[in-house]
Amino acid sequence: MDKPGAADAQEPRSGDLVRRHRLSTRLWHWTNAVALLVMLMSGLMIFNAHPRLYWGEYGANFDSAWLQIGATSGGEGVLRIGDSSWRTTGLLGVWTDGDGTVRRNAFPGWATIPSTYDLASARVWHLAFAWVLSLGLLIYLSWSLVDGHIRRDLHIVRAEWRLSHIWRDVKDHARLRFPAGIAALRYNVLQKLAYAGVLFGLLPLVIVTGLAMSPGMDAAWPWLSAIWGGRQSARSLHFLAAFGLVGFFAVHIVMVLLSGPINQVRAMVTGRFRLPVDRA
Amino acid sequence: MSGGSIRISRRRLLGAGALGAGGAILSGCDRLNASPAFRGLIESAEGLHMRSQRLIAGRDALAREFAETDMSPVFRANGTREVADGLYRANLAAGFAQWTLAIGGLVRRSLSLSLAALMALPQREQITRHDCVEGWSAIGKWQGPQLSRILAMAGLLPDARYIVFHCADRYGEAPYYESIDLIDAFHPQTILAWRMNGAPLTQAHGAPLRLRVERQLGYKHAKYVMRVEARASLAGLYGGRGGLWEDRAGYEWYAGI
Repeated sequence: MDKPGAADAQEPRSGDLVRRHRLSTRLWHWTNAVALLVMLMSGLMIFNAHPRLYWGEYGANFDSAWLQIGATSGGEGVLRIGDSSWRTTGLLGVWTDGDGTVRRNAFPGWATIPSTYDLASARVWHLAFAWVLSLGLLIYLSWSLVDGHIRRDLHIVRAEWRLSHIWRDVKDHARLRFPAGIAALRYNVLQKLAYAGVLFGLLPLVIVTGLAMSPGMDAAWPWLSAIWGGRQSARSLHFLAAFGLVGFFAVHIVMVLLSGPINQVRAMVTGRFRLPVDRA
Repeated sequence: MSGGSIRISRRRLLGAGALGAGGAILSGCDRLNASPAFRGLIESAEGLHMRSQRLIAGRDALAREFAETDMSPVFRANGTREVADGLYRANLAAGFAQWTLAIGGLVRRSLSLSLAALMALPQREQITRHDCVEGWSAIGKWQGPQLSRILAMAGLLPDARYIVFHCADRYGEAPYYESIDLIDAFHPQTILAWRMNGAPLTQAHGAPLRLRVERQLGYKHAKYVMRVEARASLAGLYGGRGGLWEDRAGYEWYAGI
């Protein structure tokens, strides 16, 4: 019963085209991909309005920031974290736009929505797509709980928690040895950890810390910013969670490219996946 | 914007989408940002923010108040820090001794209150967190009469829906102004502060009087308040969006988020 496709009379073999992703997963995947990209790029523009991060309840120019992106008096871009700093001219702090004009904003125009400094517009995008992201996650998680996706595909069973099992999976990934045949339909433990970490960790964290920055929400639910140690801590965690999602995205794309990008993208669009043939 | 320019931007957007590259996505976003139809759609979330927050917060839910030990060592002054207006400068030089706050519009009795009269009213003191739209926060102590008390003295007429604050500072030609609805106007923490961190307001922080509307972002907290006006609608007042930053750059009128 556990094996997807087990309802078929014959067990599918390597090379067969089989059903992989449910419609709910495919719809959410692409909705979420668009929403997250818009949230990230408009969020970077919002960060540009005050490119400093603090811990605690308050934090402004006279307070000490744990992270800061800026420019030196000599016109060089600088990223400073704690006591360390790096020259980032061209990428962060000081960069040249498409027209050849030197700009002094934290994140460059190619990474932000809109591409030129506009806090008001970035907020309008960010706060509208926040509904798409949050409601999308809420509906998808509820649906996946009901239709068994979480229990069947994401639940990490006891045997998978064993360190020896996890270590073997790490080695398989390092050697780029991907499962073939019907085994490719099941998520391995590192995949489960990554997907569960995003669904139950990073996405809820980025949403709740985002809400914690709203003065209206803080009046409604004073614990919302207090649990993070204050509004500025929530803002810092919001930024870190966003970059955690960027990290997931980078690994996700690499894994898709390494494991047969056309087959993987088709599976996420049409739901049909061709079972890989063992390369050995 | 004319219908023609929308058609062109749509055609260009399709072309950009066909390229599918990162640069095309970005210029597509810039074009979407300039499209009135798309802007109207994403701006409509503002109503959703206000209604959902009001639903869960309730009318009189208080913004968090803090202890003196939580206060920012230095409270950053932002926006206008010096007012150019001649009459304002004369009042500032005289310690606002001859200055009065005007209350008018849709009220039964127009009022003119001196700073001494405002100080003589029952006072509310609150230590709150000021959240700027840019992302920074500062915690300070504010004191002044509740706006609800002043509005009760003037007596709102039944048609009044908004309270507008007319200010002494200008951005270019445009005078600063802000507005709130009656729910925020009658909120217990909404005060006209004349005192900050235990001393009269400085010019940088909005002397002689600044609005505190604690459940919203910093730009709603109008500084240099000269006149309070009760209105039935925000239409027809300057850009019609209820505040200088709303008119000028498209910031949200409801700034609870």
